[in-house]
Amino acid sequence: MHNVLCVGDVFKALADPTRRAILDELADRNGQTLFEICSRLAAKHGLGSSRQAISQHLDVLEAAGLVEASREGRYKFHYINTAPLEPIVERWLKKTGKDDGGRVGTGAGTRREEST
Amino acid sequence: MRINLASVLVDDQEKALRFYTEVLGFAEKTNVPLGEHRWITVVSPQDPDGTQLVLEPDEHPAVKPFKKALVADGIPFTSFAVDDVRAEYERLRGLGVRFTQEPADMGPVTTAVLDDTCGNLIQIARQTGG
Repeated sequence: MHNVLCVGDVFKALADPTRRAILDELADRNGQTLFEICSRLAAKHGLGSSRQAISQHLDVLEAAGLVEASREGRYKFHYINTAPLEPIVERWLKKTGKDDGGRVGTGAGTRREEST
Repeated sequence: MRINLASVLVDDQEKALRFYTEVLGFAEKTNVPLGEHRWITVVSPQDPDGTQLVLEPDEHPAVKPFKKALVADGIPFTSFAVDDVRAEYERLRGLGVRFTQEPADMGPVTTAVLDDTCGNLIQIARQTGG
């Protein structure tokens, strides 16, 4: 039951484009202050969200386990955590890989994914 | 009207003077007693007659929580212009300066954020375009 709820939270968290952009930026450089995240969203994604709005997005990502906030001295940094995405891979992608491992269709699909 | 002074609120004026001169590389312009503290200003050696930065005591009770909240969220109190953010980052890191944001391209500017050891974060920036 707990797992099911978690996966639901993960999908809900990923459903928002601003939250996906936050994860993109944390994947680019892990361990960012709120200020750096806000700066990147404004400068690189043209997002005009307020600091409070970004902070709330981070809360949603944290609740889903996709972001971890850690206090280091007087500073607070945010880190991406991809562990909650693993059940998704286990559930569909790995199973598909095992069954259709050597087939042409799967390979072509994989290449297409990589090129986007 | 013109802007001749800007302030940073520091927890210790002597420590601040050392950091802003010996580490950041500004030059002492004024240093005179004033009341129970001192009136200390520094200037950029590249612009000795330009805007002076006042190293002002942060004694007012409202200041400390304000500074603490800004630091926790990584928000710089002010920003200084540099010719090369990455080179300056390397130089300052070599002097033991703590950065809360490594150099990053933010559209038309490259920025980094450092701790001034006096309770403030300071941004260094170079305008790269538009």
